[in-house]
Amino acid sequence: MDNAKRKYVIPGDVITTAPFRPEQNVILDGKKIIATVVGTSEIYDDSVRVIPLAGKYSPKVNDLIIGKVVSHSSLSWELDINSCYVGFLPAQDVFGRDFSAHADELTSKLKKGDLVVARIANSDRSRDPLLTVSDRELGKIESGELVKISPSKVPRLIGKRGTMIQTIEMATNAIITIGQNGWIVVSCENRNGLLKAIKAIRMVDKQAHIANLTDRVKLMLESSGE
Amino acid sequence: MGGRDTDLVLLDENGIRCDGRKIDEPRRIMIKAGVLKNADGSAYIEFGDNKILAGVFGPRDVHPKHIADTDTGILRCRYHMSPFSVTERKSPAPSRREIEISKVLKEALQPAVMLEQFPRTVVDVFLEVLQADGGSRCAALDAASVALADAGIPMRDMVSSIAAGKVADTIILDVNNEEDQAGQADMPVGYMPNLEKITLVQLDGILTQDEYKKCLETAIGGCKLVYEIQKKALTDKFFSNGESA
Repeated sequence: MDNAKRKYVIPGDVITTAPFRPEQNVILDGKKIIATVVGTSEIYDDSVRVIPLAGKYSPKVNDLIIGKVVSHSSLSWELDINSCYVGFLPAQDVFGRDFSAHADELTSKLKKGDLVVARIANSDRSRDPLLTVSDRELGKIESGELVKISPSKVPRLIGKRGTMIQTIEMATNAIITIGQNGWIVVSCENRNGLLKAIKAIRMVDKQAHIANLTDRVKLMLESSGE
Repeated sequence: MGGRDTDLVLLDENGIRCDGRKIDEPRRIMIKAGVLKNADGSAYIEFGDNKILAGVFGPRDVHPKHIADTDTGILRCRYHMSPFSVTERKSPAPSRREIEISKVLKEALQPAVMLEQFPRTVVDVFLEVLQADGGSRCAALDAASVALADAGIPMRDMVSSIAAGKVADTIILDVNNEEDQAGQADMPVGYMPNLEKITLVQLDGILTQDEYKKCLETAIGGCKLVYEIQKKALTDKFFSNGESA
């Protein structure tokens, strides 16, 4: 973090002309490395990338995400995962190997509007991303409040080694599930804690580019009192 | 077109134009990014008396599905003038002119937008002219480019646009409505300022080769001015409430 040179950029801005390696959200034009999105540019050792401030989630294999069921066929569900593609969840994943399209009714497990914690099993250019729920801690979410933030701000919400999210969870006693796609489910026994946790998450989303955010959030959580 | 005789003095002996501008002075330009809540990205531009709203959706599922491309995303663009945008009510149905401008603007944005990252999707750009005053396609293109950046869609460069033209045998920057009606030529130009590439050139009127070169240079100079305003609009929206990193 500390040896990274940071700068605010908009599409077309030349970040550097030095011979660095172009990574995410930059293109190489001759010698110039150019940003392609609005965001913060970072130069690590010899690589250059831009962390976007806007835009949709782009699915990556093994990401933990939260999706909302939008429809189903006789063999699979389709989930809104805040991306430009719908997530594809096969019925076998929920019913097990002996799933039969005749005997099992998909709506008995997941209905339209249900929230699901899932992992991205496969994602490539030619097909919609494939989801899986066959793991511990994955599956239907029974209770909680859905909060949507920009997917690019998820790392900020987690913080360095999870400091930010721990701060919020400790102060409010809430259980927070973060999807890499920017959808977050907050559940808390105590109404006040729930509202406070949501307020803190919204604050991170709005002020993600400000330094010392963890301290600011801590201050906010303490100030609003019991 | 073609220098009709009118009572209007387009350029006086001091080099001042009919609206009081100098020959290389653009009209007042104001751009604001992120003005619409429901669109993925949006922008509002006031370009002289032009007032235009731009809304961007996507990348998202293509409907109808058969126009989707499995190799790349596609871009759709709709330029539309509101019935109240001109003095005489304009029918809200798309006219020949609006269909043409929609196509031209789509092609002016296409080289900038990196749609190959989003196969099987579409990016929709909606441009609504609330008030028209000559050069609305340039203003619409400027707003569209800011709205696309606001939506977080990857772009090789911003597209800046402004018109140049010929009035009273002089090359001028930013043709207004009167100059467009009574002047000798009008040339809208779209330009990517960092890549130094042109994405749109149209020409209505007659220019000699030398005039053409000068006109294009004037327009490119103007595009660089517009670019600074676009840059400011995005900086204001995304980086205003924090110190520089």
